[in-house]
Amino acid sequence: MSLMQELNDKALHLGVPLSAHLDITYRCNERCEHCYLDHDDHGEMTTAEIKDVLRQFADAGVFFLTLSGGEPLMRRDCFDIIEYARSLAFNVKFKTNAVLIREKEAQRLRALGVEQVQISVYSHRPEVHDAITKVRGSLERTIAAIRFLRSQGLRVTMANVSMRGNRGDTEGVHALARELGARYTLDPTITPMMDGNTSVLRLRADASEISSYFHNPALVGDVESFCAPPAPIDDQVLEGLPCSAGHTSCYISPYGDVYPCVQFPLTCGNVRQQKFLEIWQHSPQLAEVRSIRLKHLTTCSSCTHAGSCTRCPGLAYMEGNMRGPSSADCEKSFVRTGIVTAGMMARKASAPAPVLVQIAPAPTLTA
Amino acid sequence: MSDKYIARSKAVAARVLGGEMIIMSAVDSKLFSLSDVATVIWEAADGRTPLSEIVAKRVCAEFDVPADVAYQDAEVLVEELATRGILSISNQPVADAEPATEAL
Repeated sequence: MSLMQELNDKALHLGVPLSAHLDITYRCNERCEHCYLDHDDHGEMTTAEIKDVLRQFADAGVFFLTLSGGEPLMRRDCFDIIEYARSLAFNVKFKTNAVLIREKEAQRLRALGVEQVQISVYSHRPEVHDAITKVRGSLERTIAAIRFLRSQGLRVTMANVSMRGNRGDTEGVHALARELGARYTLDPTITPMMDGNTSVLRLRADASEISSYFHNPALVGDVESFCAPPAPIDDQVLEGLPCSAGHTSCYISPYGDVYPCVQFPLTCGNVRQQKFLEIWQHSPQLAEVRSIRLKHLTTCSSCTHAGSCTRCPGLAYMEGNMRGPSSADCEKSFVRTGIVTAGMMARKASAPAPVLVQIAPAPTLTA
Repeated sequence: MSDKYIARSKAVAARVLGGEMIIMSAVDSKLFSLSDVATVIWEAADGRTPLSEIVAKRVCAEFDVPADVAYQDAEVLVEELATRGILSISNQPVADAEPATEAL
Protein backbone atom coordinates (compact mmCIF):
# COMPACT_ATOMS: atom_id res chain seq x y z
CA MET A 1 0.00 0.00 0.00
CA SER A 2 1.38 3.42 -0.93
CA LEU A 3 1.91 6.10 1.70
CA MET A 4 -0.80 8.18 -0.01
CA GLN A 5 -3.27 5.30 0.32
CA GLU A 6 -2.29 4.87 3.97
CA LEU A 7 -2.79 8.58 4.49
CA ASN A 8 -6.25 8.47 2.94
CA ASP A 9 -7.26 5.44 4.99
CA LYS A 10 -6.04 7.08 8.16
CA ALA A 11 -7.88 10.32 7.40
CA LEU A 12 -11.06 8.35 6.66
CA HIS A 13 -10.71 6.44 9.91
CA LEU A 14 -10.10 9.63 11.90
CA GLY A 15 -12.78 11.65 10.09
CA VAL A 16 -10.23 14.21 8.92
CA PRO A 17 -10.83 16.36 5.82
CA LEU A 18 -7.46 15.64 4.24
CA SER A 19 -8.23 17.66 1.10
CA ALA A 20 -10.11 20.90 0.67
CA HIS A 21 -10.92 22.91 -2.41
CA LEU A 22 -11.54 26.62 -1.90
CA ASP A 23 -12.73 28.83 -4.71
CA ILE A 24 -11.76 32.35 -3.68
CA THR A 25 -13.84 33.99 -6.41
CA TYR A 26 -16.23 33.08 -9.20
CA ARG A 27 -15.20 36.17 -11.17
CA CYS A 28 -13.23 35.37 -14.28
CA ASN A 29 -11.46 37.06 -17.14
CA GLU A 30 -12.57 34.35 -19.55
CA ARG A 31 -16.08 33.31 -20.50
CA CYS A 32 -15.66 29.65 -21.33
CA GLU A 33 -18.72 28.35 -23.08
CA HIS A 34 -18.99 25.23 -20.91
CA CYS A 35 -18.41 26.92 -17.54
CA TYR A 36 -20.82 26.03 -14.74
CA LEU A 37 -20.36 29.26 -12.79
CA ASP A 38 -22.14 32.59 -12.49
CA HIS A 39 -19.24 35.06 -12.70
CA ASP A 40 -20.91 37.94 -10.88
CA ASP A 41 -19.74 38.72 -7.36
CA HIS A 42 -22.59 38.03 -4.94
CA GLY A 43 -20.59 38.86 -1.82
CA GLU A 44 -17.28 37.01 -1.73
CA MET A 45 -15.56 36.32 1.54
CA THR A 46 -13.12 39.02 2.57
CA THR A 47 -9.40 38.43 2.94
CA ALA A 48 -9.85 38.12 6.70
CA GLU A 49 -12.70 35.64 6.30
CA ILE A 50 -10.68 33.50 3.91
CA LYS A 51 -7.67 33.52 6.21
CA ASP A 52 -9.92 32.47 9.06
CA VAL A 53 -11.23 29.58 6.95
CA LEU A 54 -7.65 28.56 6.17
CA ARG A 55 -6.78 28.57 9.87
CA GLN A 56 -9.83 26.42 10.53
CA PHE A 57 -8.81 24.07 7.73
CA ALA A 58 -5.34 23.68 9.25
CA ASP A 59 -6.82 23.02 12.69
CA ALA A 60 -9.14 20.40 11.18
CA GLY A 61 -6.18 18.62 9.57
CA VAL A 62 -6.51 19.67 5.93
CA PHE A 63 -3.22 18.96 4.18
CA PHE A 64 -3.97 19.21 0.45
CA LEU A 65 -5.44 22.60 -0.44
CA THR A 66 -6.68 23.53 -3.91
CA LEU A 67 -7.10 27.26 -4.49
CA SER A 68 -9.16 28.04 -7.53
CA GLY A 69 -12.03 30.07 -8.98
CA GLY A 70 -13.35 31.55 -11.33
CA GLU A 71 -9.96 32.96 -11.98
CA PRO A 72 -8.30 33.30 -8.55
CA LEU A 73 -5.94 36.01 -9.78
CA MET A 74 -8.96 38.28 -10.30
CA ARG A 75 -8.65 38.92 -6.57
CA ARG A 76 -6.03 41.51 -5.65
CA ASP A 77 -5.30 39.59 -2.46
CA CYS A 78 -4.69 36.29 -4.26
CA PHE A 79 -0.97 36.15 -3.46
CA ASP A 80 -1.64 37.27 0.09
CA ILE A 81 -4.01 34.30 0.43
CA ILE A 82 -1.51 31.87 -1.09
CA GLU A 83 1.24 33.19 1.16
CA TYR A 84 -0.95 32.76 4.20
CA ALA A 85 -1.90 29.25 3.12
CA ARG A 86 1.73 28.33 2.75
CA SER A 87 2.55 29.80 6.15
CA LEU A 88 0.07 27.23 7.49
CA ALA A 89 2.06 24.54 5.67
CA PHE A 90 -0.66 23.40 3.27
CA ASN A 91 0.29 21.56 0.13
CA VAL A 92 -1.09 24.10 -2.33
CA LYS A 93 -2.38 23.32 -5.78
CA PHE A 94 -3.29 26.45 -7.74
CA LYS A 95 -5.85 26.26 -10.56
CA THR A 96 -5.85 29.14 -13.01
CA ASN A 97 -6.24 30.01 -16.66
CA ALA A 98 -2.80 31.68 -16.29
CA VAL A 99 -3.71 34.65 -18.47
CA LEU A 100 -2.51 37.01 -15.71
CA ILE A 101 0.71 35.14 -14.98
CA ARG A 102 3.94 36.68 -16.17
CA GLU A 103 7.52 36.20 -15.01
CA LYS A 104 7.00 38.08 -11.73
CA GLU A 105 3.92 36.04 -10.78
CA ALA A 106 5.66 32.79 -11.73
CA GLN A 107 8.62 33.71 -9.51
CA ARG A 108 6.25 34.49 -6.65
CA LEU A 109 4.44 31.17 -6.96
CA ARG A 110 7.77 29.40 -6.94
CA ALA A 111 9.02 31.35 -3.93
CA LEU A 112 5.85 30.55 -2.03
CA GLY A 113 6.36 26.82 -2.53
CA VAL A 114 3.19 26.12 -4.49
CA GLU A 115 3.32 22.43 -5.31
CA GLN A 116 1.61 22.53 -8.68
CA VAL A 117 -0.28 24.80 -11.01
CA GLN A 118 -3.16 23.44 -13.05
CA ILE A 119 -4.08 25.36 -16.18
CA SER A 120 -7.00 24.85 -18.51
CA VAL A 121 -6.00 24.46 -22.16
CA TYR A 122 -8.74 23.55 -24.61
CA SER A 123 -6.81 23.34 -27.84
CA HIS A 124 -3.37 23.82 -29.35
CA ARG A 125 -5.05 25.96 -32.01
CA PRO A 126 -5.66 29.58 -30.98
CA GLU A 127 -8.83 29.86 -33.02
CA VAL A 128 -10.36 26.92 -31.15
CA HIS A 129 -9.11 27.71 -27.62
CA ASP A 130 -9.98 31.39 -27.93
CA ALA A 131 -13.42 30.58 -29.31
CA ILE A 132 -14.13 28.50 -26.19
CA THR A 133 -12.74 31.09 -23.73
CA LYS A 134 -14.24 33.94 -25.77
CA VAL A 135 -11.03 35.91 -25.23
CA ARG A 136 -8.88 36.62 -28.25
CA GLY A 137 -5.21 35.92 -27.60
CA SER A 138 -5.93 33.82 -24.49
CA LEU A 139 -4.08 30.72 -25.73
CA GLU A 140 -1.00 32.76 -26.56
CA ARG A 141 -0.98 34.32 -23.10
CA THR A 142 -1.63 30.99 -21.38
CA ILE A 143 1.22 29.30 -23.23
CA ALA A 144 3.56 32.18 -22.39
CA ALA A 145 2.56 31.78 -18.73
CA ILE A 146 3.27 28.05 -18.82
CA ARG A 147 6.74 28.81 -20.14
CA PHE A 148 7.33 31.29 -17.29
CA LEU A 149 6.12 28.76 -14.73
CA ARG A 150 8.22 25.96 -16.17
CA SER A 151 11.29 28.20 -16.28
CA GLN A 152 10.84 28.57 -12.52
CA GLY A 153 10.78 24.80 -12.19
CA LEU A 154 7.14 24.73 -11.21
CA ARG A 155 5.10 21.63 -11.88
CA VAL A 156 2.38 22.46 -14.38
CA THR A 157 -0.59 20.32 -15.37
CA MET A 158 -2.47 21.19 -18.52
CA ALA A 159 -6.11 20.25 -17.99
CA ASN A 160 -7.81 19.57 -21.27
CA VAL A 161 -11.59 19.55 -21.00
CA SER A 162 -12.86 17.93 -24.15
CA MET A 163 -16.17 18.94 -25.68
CA ARG A 164 -17.80 19.39 -29.04
CA GLY A 165 -15.99 22.66 -29.70
CA ASN A 166 -12.51 21.14 -29.53
CA ARG A 167 -13.24 17.76 -31.04
CA GLY A 168 -10.13 16.06 -32.38
CA ASP A 169 -7.66 18.37 -30.61
CA THR A 170 -6.58 16.16 -27.73
CA GLU A 171 -3.50 14.86 -29.56
CA GLY A 172 -2.44 18.42 -30.31
CA VAL A 173 -2.87 19.57 -26.71
CA HIS A 174 -1.05 16.48 -25.48
CA ALA A 175 1.86 17.22 -27.83
CA LEU A 176 1.88 20.84 -26.66
CA ALA A 177 2.10 19.67 -23.05
CA ARG A 178 5.07 17.48 -23.89
CA GLU A 179 6.77 20.38 -25.67
CA LEU A 180 6.22 22.66 -22.65
CA GLY A 181 7.28 20.03 -20.11
CA ALA A 182 3.83 20.01 -18.54
CA ARG A 183 1.70 17.12 -17.40
CA TYR A 184 -1.47 16.45 -19.31
CA THR A 185 -4.90 15.43 -18.13
CA LEU A 186 -7.99 14.92 -20.23
CA ASP A 187 -11.47 15.26 -18.82
CA PRO A 188 -14.63 14.85 -20.90
CA THR A 189 -16.87 15.90 -18.00
CA ILE A 190 -19.15 18.86 -18.56
CA THR A 191 -21.27 19.58 -15.50
CA PRO A 192 -24.59 21.40 -15.20
CA MET A 193 -24.39 24.95 -13.92
CA MET A 194 -24.43 25.46 -10.15
CA ASP A 195 -28.03 26.70 -10.37
CA GLY A 196 -29.09 23.46 -12.04
CA ASN A 197 -29.22 24.83 -15.58
CA THR A 198 -28.34 21.94 -17.88
CA SER A 199 -28.03 23.86 -21.14
CA VAL A 200 -24.24 23.48 -21.18
CA LEU A 201 -24.59 19.71 -21.38
CA ARG A 202 -25.24 20.07 -25.10
CA LEU A 203 -21.49 20.76 -25.38
CA ARG A 204 -20.49 17.33 -24.06
CA ALA A 205 -18.20 15.29 -26.30
CA ASP A 206 -20.14 12.57 -28.07
CA ALA A 207 -19.71 8.85 -27.49
CA SER A 208 -17.47 8.28 -30.51
CA GLU A 209 -15.08 11.00 -29.32
CA ILE A 210 -14.97 9.59 -25.78
CA SER A 211 -14.43 6.13 -27.23
CA SER A 212 -11.41 7.39 -29.14
CA TYR A 213 -9.87 8.59 -25.84
CA PHE A 214 -10.51 5.30 -24.11
CA HIS A 215 -8.84 3.41 -26.93
CA ASN A 216 -5.78 5.65 -27.13
CA PRO A 217 -2.80 4.04 -25.36
CA ALA A 218 -1.11 7.44 -25.03
CA LEU A 219 -3.99 8.47 -22.76
CA VAL A 220 -4.98 5.29 -20.94
CA GLY A 221 -1.93 3.05 -21.13
CA ASP A 222 -2.90 -0.58 -21.63
CA VAL A 223 -6.10 -0.28 -23.69
CA GLU A 224 -7.00 -3.95 -23.34
CA SER A 225 -6.88 -3.74 -19.57
CA PHE A 226 -8.54 -0.31 -19.42
CA CYS A 227 -11.44 -1.41 -21.61
CA ALA A 228 -11.77 -4.91 -20.18
CA PRO A 229 -15.19 -6.10 -19.02
CA PRO A 230 -15.71 -5.32 -15.32
CA ALA A 231 -14.66 -7.89 -12.75
CA PRO A 232 -17.45 -9.58 -10.81
CA ILE A 233 -18.51 -7.55 -7.79
CA ASP A 234 -18.45 -8.98 -4.29
CA ASP A 235 -19.57 -7.91 -0.83
CA GLN A 236 -16.35 -6.00 -0.25
CA VAL A 237 -17.04 -3.86 -3.32
CA LEU A 238 -20.62 -3.26 -2.22
CA GLU A 239 -19.47 -2.13 1.22
CA GLY A 240 -17.18 0.43 -0.43
CA LEU A 241 -17.63 4.20 -0.58
CA PRO A 242 -18.83 5.88 -3.77
CA CYS A 243 -15.98 8.44 -3.60
CA SER A 244 -14.04 10.64 -1.17
CA ALA A 245 -16.46 13.61 -1.38
CA GLY A 246 -17.60 14.47 2.13
CA HIS A 247 -15.49 11.71 3.64
CA THR A 248 -11.95 13.06 3.38
CA SER A 249 -12.52 16.04 1.09
CA CYS A 250 -14.77 19.03 0.80
CA TYR A 251 -15.36 22.24 -1.12
CA ILE A 252 -16.04 25.83 -0.03
CA SER A 253 -17.42 28.47 -2.35
CA PRO A 254 -16.33 32.14 -2.36
CA TYR A 255 -19.48 32.84 -0.35
CA GLY A 256 -18.58 30.41 2.41
CA ASP A 257 -20.95 27.61 1.44
CA VAL A 258 -19.63 24.16 2.28
CA TYR A 259 -20.26 21.29 -0.13
CA PRO A 260 -18.97 17.72 -0.24
CA CYS A 261 -17.18 18.53 -3.52
CA VAL A 262 -17.00 21.24 -6.16
CA GLN A 263 -19.09 18.96 -8.35
CA PHE A 264 -21.63 18.14 -5.63
CA PRO A 265 -23.75 21.25 -4.90
CA LEU A 266 -25.40 19.94 -1.75
CA THR A 267 -25.16 22.81 0.74
CA CYS A 268 -23.99 21.48 4.10
CA GLY A 269 -23.51 24.76 5.93
CA ASN A 270 -21.81 28.14 5.66
CA VAL A 271 -18.60 29.17 7.39
CA ARG A 272 -19.97 32.66 7.88
CA GLN A 273 -22.57 31.19 10.22
CA GLN A 274 -20.80 28.19 11.73
CA LYS A 275 -17.27 26.99 12.36
CA PHE A 276 -15.97 24.74 9.63
CA LEU A 277 -15.31 21.84 11.98
CA GLU A 278 -18.83 22.06 13.35
CA ILE A 279 -20.19 21.74 9.81
CA TRP A 280 -17.73 18.99 8.93
CA GLN A 281 -18.58 16.94 12.00
CA HIS A 282 -22.28 17.65 12.49
CA SER A 283 -23.89 18.57 9.18
CA PRO A 284 -26.91 16.30 8.54
CA GLN A 285 -26.21 16.55 4.82
CA LEU A 286 -22.65 15.31 5.21
CA ALA A 287 -23.91 12.59 7.53
CA GLU A 288 -26.26 11.43 4.80
CA VAL A 289 -23.52 11.46 2.16
CA ARG A 290 -21.27 9.48 4.50
CA SER A 291 -23.94 6.90 5.19
CA ILE A 292 -24.05 5.79 1.56
CA ARG A 293 -22.23 2.64 0.51
CA LEU A 294 -22.26 1.15 -2.97
CA LYS A 295 -24.84 -1.39 -1.80
CA HIS A 296 -27.23 1.48 -1.08
CA LEU A 297 -27.24 2.83 -4.63
CA THR A 298 -30.67 2.35 -6.10
CA THR A 299 -29.65 1.18 -9.55
CA CYS A 300 -25.87 1.00 -9.55
CA SER A 301 -25.62 -1.62 -6.79
CA SER A 302 -26.99 -4.20 -9.23
CA CYS A 303 -24.85 -2.99 -12.14
CA THR A 304 -21.98 -5.11 -13.43
CA HIS A 305 -19.89 -1.94 -13.56
CA ALA A 306 -20.35 -1.17 -9.84
CA GLY A 307 -16.75 -1.94 -8.94
CA SER A 308 -15.10 -0.07 -11.79
CA CYS A 309 -17.44 2.76 -12.77
CA THR A 310 -16.28 6.35 -12.25
CA ARG A 311 -19.79 7.24 -11.04
CA CYS A 312 -19.82 10.75 -9.60
CA PRO A 313 -22.33 11.14 -6.75
CA GLY A 314 -22.40 14.89 -7.40
CA LEU A 315 -23.49 14.41 -11.00
CA ALA A 316 -26.06 11.88 -9.80
CA TYR A 317 -27.29 14.44 -7.27
CA MET A 318 -27.62 17.03 -10.02
CA GLU A 319 -29.70 14.50 -11.95
CA GLY A 320 -32.03 14.31 -8.97
CA ASN A 321 -30.79 11.49 -6.73
CA MET A 322 -27.44 11.21 -4.98
CA ARG A 323 -28.05 7.45 -4.70
CA GLY A 324 -28.89 7.13 -8.37
CA PRO A 325 -26.78 6.72 -11.46
CA SER A 326 -24.93 9.50 -13.23
CA SER A 327 -25.86 9.23 -16.89
CA ALA A 328 -22.53 10.69 -18.04
CA ASP A 329 -20.65 8.00 -16.13
CA CYS A 330 -23.02 5.30 -17.40
CA GLU A 331 -22.10 6.40 -20.89
CA LYS A 332 -18.39 6.30 -20.10
CA SER A 333 -18.64 2.78 -18.66
CA PHE A 334 -20.57 1.66 -21.71
CA VAL A 335 -18.22 3.29 -24.21
CA ARG A 336 -15.20 1.90 -22.39
CA THR A 337 -16.36 -1.72 -22.23
CA GLY A 338 -19.25 -2.07 -24.67
CA ILE A 339 -21.40 -3.44 -21.85
CA VAL A 340 -24.70 -1.70 -21.13
CA THR A 341 -25.08 -0.31 -17.60
CA ALA A 342 -27.99 -0.85 -15.22
CA GLY A 343 -28.64 2.89 -15.34
CA MET A 344 -29.01 2.84 -19.11
CA MET A 345 -31.44 -0.06 -18.93
CA ALA A 346 -33.46 1.66 -16.21
CA ARG A 347 -33.70 4.84 -18.24
CA LYS A 348 -34.82 2.91 -21.28
CA ALA A 349 -37.46 1.06 -19.28
CA SER A 350 -38.82 4.24 -17.72
CA ALA A 351 -38.83 6.27 -20.91
CA PRO A 352 -42.35 7.41 -21.75
CA ALA A 353 -44.12 5.42 -24.44
CA PRO A 354 -44.15 7.13 -27.79
CA VAL A 355 -47.08 9.47 -28.16
CA LEU A 356 -49.67 7.96 -30.42
CA VAL A 357 -50.86 10.37 -33.04
CA GLN A 358 -54.49 9.90 -33.69
CA ILE A 359 -55.49 10.79 -37.17
CA ALA A 360 -58.96 12.18 -37.20
CA PRO A 361 -61.16 11.30 -40.13
CA ALA A 362 -61.46 14.04 -42.63
CA PRO A 363 -64.68 15.98 -42.26
CA THR A 364 -67.30 14.95 -44.66
CA LEU A 365 -67.88 17.48 -47.26
CA THR A 366 -71.49 18.09 -47.92
CA ALA A 367 -72.95 19.91 -50.73
CA MET B 1 33.72 19.80 15.81
CA SER B 2 31.60 22.68 14.55
CA ASP B 3 27.93 22.46 15.33
CA LYS B 4 25.25 22.22 12.72
CA TYR B 5 22.18 24.38 12.25
CA ILE B 6 19.16 22.92 10.56
CA ALA B 7 16.26 24.80 8.97
CA ARG B 8 13.01 23.47 7.62
CA SER B 9 12.67 23.94 3.89
CA LYS B 10 10.12 26.55 2.84
CA ALA B 11 9.11 24.38 -0.10
CA VAL B 12 7.41 21.67 1.91
CA ALA B 13 3.93 21.08 3.22
CA ALA B 14 3.49 19.47 6.61
CA ARG B 15 0.65 18.31 8.80
CA VAL B 16 0.21 16.08 11.82
CA LEU B 17 -2.33 13.37 11.12
CA GLY B 18 -3.27 11.15 14.02
CA GLY B 19 0.02 11.93 15.75
CA GLU B 20 2.10 11.24 12.65
CA MET B 21 3.98 14.02 10.83
CA ILE B 22 3.33 14.00 7.10
CA ILE B 23 5.61 16.00 4.82
CA MET B 24 5.39 16.64 1.10
CA SER B 25 8.10 18.39 -0.83
CA ALA B 26 6.99 20.87 -3.47
CA VAL B 27 10.23 20.23 -5.32
CA ASP B 28 9.46 16.66 -6.33
CA SER B 29 5.99 16.01 -4.83
CA LYS B 30 7.37 13.18 -2.72
CA LEU B 31 5.40 12.28 0.37
CA PHE B 32 7.12 11.35 3.62
CA SER B 33 6.06 10.18 7.02
CA LEU B 34 8.43 11.09 9.85
CA SER B 35 9.19 8.94 12.88
CA ASP B 36 8.63 10.36 16.35
CA VAL B 37 12.29 11.34 16.74
CA ALA B 38 12.45 12.85 13.26
CA THR B 39 9.31 14.85 14.04
CA VAL B 40 10.86 16.33 17.18
CA ILE B 41 13.98 17.34 15.25
CA TRP B 42 11.91 18.70 12.34
CA GLU B 43 9.78 20.82 14.63
CA ALA B 44 12.83 22.26 16.33
CA ALA B 45 14.68 23.00 13.09
CA ASP B 46 14.49 26.79 13.33
CA GLY B 47 17.90 27.48 11.77
CA ARG B 48 19.09 29.12 14.99
CA THR B 49 19.27 26.32 17.55
CA PRO B 50 22.36 24.13 17.18
CA LEU B 51 21.64 20.48 16.41
CA SER B 52 23.49 19.45 19.58
CA GLU B 53 21.11 21.58 21.63
CA ILE B 54 18.07 20.16 19.86
CA VAL B 55 19.30 16.65 20.60
CA ALA B 56 20.12 17.43 24.23
CA LYS B 57 17.04 19.45 25.09
CA ARG B 58 14.38 17.88 22.89
CA VAL B 59 15.37 14.38 21.78
CA CYS B 60 17.04 13.19 24.99
CA ALA B 61 14.31 14.81 27.04
CA GLU B 62 11.59 12.86 25.24
CA PHE B 63 13.33 9.59 24.39
CA ASP B 64 15.42 7.29 26.51
CA VAL B 65 18.67 7.40 24.56
CA PRO B 66 22.28 8.37 25.46
CA ALA B 67 23.25 11.82 24.19
CA ASP B 68 26.20 10.68 22.05
CA VAL B 69 24.19 7.95 20.33
CA ALA B 70 21.28 10.33 19.82
CA TYR B 71 23.55 12.94 18.24
CA GLN B 72 25.12 10.44 15.85
CA ASP B 73 21.69 9.20 14.81
CA ALA B 74 20.44 12.77 14.46
CA GLU B 75 23.34 13.64 12.16
CA VAL B 76 22.49 10.73 9.89
CA LEU B 77 18.83 11.66 9.98
CA VAL B 78 19.29 15.32 9.09
CA GLU B 79 21.64 14.40 6.25
CA GLU B 80 18.92 12.10 4.93
CA LEU B 81 16.24 14.79 5.26
CA ALA B 82 18.54 17.34 3.61
CA THR B 83 19.13 14.98 0.70
CA ARG B 84 15.37 14.86 0.21
CA GLY B 85 15.09 18.65 0.31
CA ILE B 86 13.03 18.65 3.50
CA LEU B 87 15.51 20.72 5.48
CA SER B 88 18.83 22.46 4.99
CA ILE B 89 22.04 22.13 7.01
CA SER B 90 24.42 24.98 7.68
CA ASN B 91 27.51 25.58 9.76
CA GLN B 92 26.07 28.94 10.78
CA PRO B 93 22.68 30.08 12.05
CA VAL B 94 20.18 30.65 9.27
CA ALA B 95 18.71 34.15 9.50
CA ASP B 96 15.37 33.78 7.71
CA ALA B 97 14.36 30.28 8.81
CA GLU B 98 10.88 29.42 10.06
CA PRO B 99 10.50 29.51 13.86
CA ALA B 100 10.29 26.29 15.84
CA THR B 101 6.83 24.79 16.08
CA GLU B 102 5.06 22.25 18.19
CA ALA B 103 2.63 21.02 15.59
CA LEU B 104 1.53 22.03 12.13
